[in-house]
Amino acid sequence: MKTLVWVEHDGNSVKDATLSAVTAASKLGDVHLLLVGQDVQGVAQEAAGIFGVDKVHMADDAAYAHQLVENVAPLVVQLMASHDAFVAPATTGGKAIAPRVAALLDVMQISDILSVEAQDTFTRPIYAGNAIATVRSSDVKKVVTVRTTAFEKAPREGGSGAVEAVPTSGDKGLSSFIGQEIAASNRPELTSARVIVAGGRALGSGEKFAELIEPLADRLGAGVGASRAAVDAGYVPNDSQVGQTGKIVAPEVYVAVGISGAIQHLAGMKDSKIIVAINKDEDAPIFQVADLGLVGDLFEIVPELTRKL
Amino acid sequence: MKMLVPIKRVLDYNVKPRIKADGAGVELTNVKMSMNPFDEIAVEEAIRLKEKGLATEVVVVSVGEVKAQETLRTALAMGADRAILVTSDRKVEPLGVAKVLRAIVDEEQPQLVILGKQAIDDDNSQTGQMLAGLLGWGQATSASHVELAGDCVTVTREIDGGLETDRYCLPAIITADLRLNEPRYASLPNIMKAKSKPLAQRSADDFGLDLSPRLETLRVVEPPARASGVKVADVDELVMKLHAMGVAK
Ligand SMILES: Cc1cc2nc3c(=O)[nH]c(=O)nc-3n(C[C@H](O)[C@H](O)[C@H](O)COP(=O)(O)OP(=O)(O)OC[C@H]3O[C@@H](n4cnc5c(N)ncnc54)[C@H](O)[C@@H]3O)c2cc1C
Repeated sequence: MKTLVWVEHDGNSVKDATLSAVTAASKLGDVHLLLVGQDVQGVAQEAAGIFGVDKVHMADDAAYAHQLVENVAPLVVQLMASHDAFVAPATTGGKAIAPRVAALLDVMQISDILSVEAQDTFTRPIYAGNAIATVRSSDVKKVVTVRTTAFEKAPREGGSGAVEAVPTSGDKGLSSFIGQEIAASNRPELTSARVIVAGGRALGSGEKFAELIEPLADRLGAGVGASRAAVDAGYVPNDSQVGQTGKIVAPEVYVAVGISGAIQHLAGMKDSKIIVAINKDEDAPIFQVADLGLVGDLFEIVPELTRKL
Repeated sequence: MKMLVPIKRVLDYNVKPRIKADGAGVELTNVKMSMNPFDEIAVEEAIRLKEKGLATEVVVVSVGEVKAQETLRTALAMGADRAILVTSDRKVEPLGVAKVLRAIVDEEQPQLVILGKQAIDDDNSQTGQMLAGLLGWGQATSASHVELAGDCVTVTREIDGGLETDRYCLPAIITADLRLNEPRYASLPNIMKAKSKPLAQRSADDFGLDLSPRLETLRVVEPPARASGVKVADVDELVMKLHAMGVAK
């Protein structure tokens, strides 16, 4: 089987999510990458070096500068004439492009796979991860998105894929890019952080969130996450949300501060290796998944913890 | 300008899903079912656009079992104008739903279709993008802000790194994220009024489309359980345990 893997990148380098998708694709067959953007020769060279990559199809065009799916999907469909599976990481980018491609190929996509059981059989979470379904696809071609926390990252070195420029299909005139607000931060990205400190509604304000959560995160070299309630209340930007409808994370340590542990939140973090919970309610559901729980007032506990660590 | 809002009836988000003893799926009999929360947001957004005078009619549509009538009535009580129910005894996958929706779009000619970004049962996050692909329209996924002006819609979208704003020519597809709005509750008088709003019922078989499922669910199981943890007495014990685990040495 020949796979075509969607490369997630920021114009300068390949994102970690791509590496997990490569690992998933390698379980299906040969790994070809599709790199789409403007002035991406450098990224293409980097991508070609990823372990296990046979070929990089590079589509370099002004129409792809912002990877608008309306422009990119026809290109993917064209390349799928000579590939058997389209594999994308389940990032916001991958989740936007894959179903559009699937529909154009008349294929039913398999979203957010956790494992490859056979070339046509996959497991995937449903109901916010409260159940795991094993599904078999009867489509000739496969379109899948990959839950990145479920697959090891392929090494960035060791591959020697060839880079091949592909004819581009231009601007379809359906959409145009206006702007981006990317939250600037020196902290590790949530989806690849080794440690995450996450705060909930209990913090009460953006100021308190910054005053308590950030020093602890600094001490632990951690990424900062949040519950939906904390994001909705405006304590932190939307890209910090962890959960069913936010980011799925699985760090080595996840510290949940003043988060109750609603199933929608647990869906995003319960595969973390060690979960630490700080909550004043000893019956809070977060304690059911916590390896280490401390019952008490976070406004006292967190500063003390930061000091003593 | 007409707007179409496809909605799905799902297990209520407050209900903990129980897996059937035979592993065939999640128990859906005698449990509370509701409108998919993201679809409520989509309905709300369409109604607000109409209230602002930017749209003339909000049509809601659901593909599913006959009971989805209740869900459509909820949307009518919120303020949608009329409803279409496309019934099917078999489960219709997102690809099939998108095909039915394309047929409805061909008939109704809406300028905007607003859907939820995902349904909280199967968590597929596919239908809106698939419909956009089949129609050859722009797709504004995970919308947190929508501005309609002339023949364009400008949409702020939640992306992994933050926010992105893009502009789309109409007709277009929007999928709603959580922070797009806070859906209203239907008032009692509006619930009464909704009972007499038009609800057309059709059968999926009458569309002459290939809706056969492509995925077979072999089994559904519980996720691996986490071993139960311990409660520590105080910060000192927590620090000790964390150090022992190699965290923050
Ligand atoms: C469709 C849908 C999707 C959703 N998606 C997500 C998602 O992706 N991610 C997500 O997180 N949520 C999501 N939610 C929301 C989710 O259901 C919860 O509402 C949310 O997670 C609650 O956030 P919280 O734990 O911060 O707040 P709360 O549930 O209000 O919990 C606050 C906690 O803080 C504790 N507390 C209060 N004061 C103190 C103190 N002084 N010291 C210590 N502890 C204290 C309380 O005991 C309580 O446990 C979704 C909901 C819906 C309907």
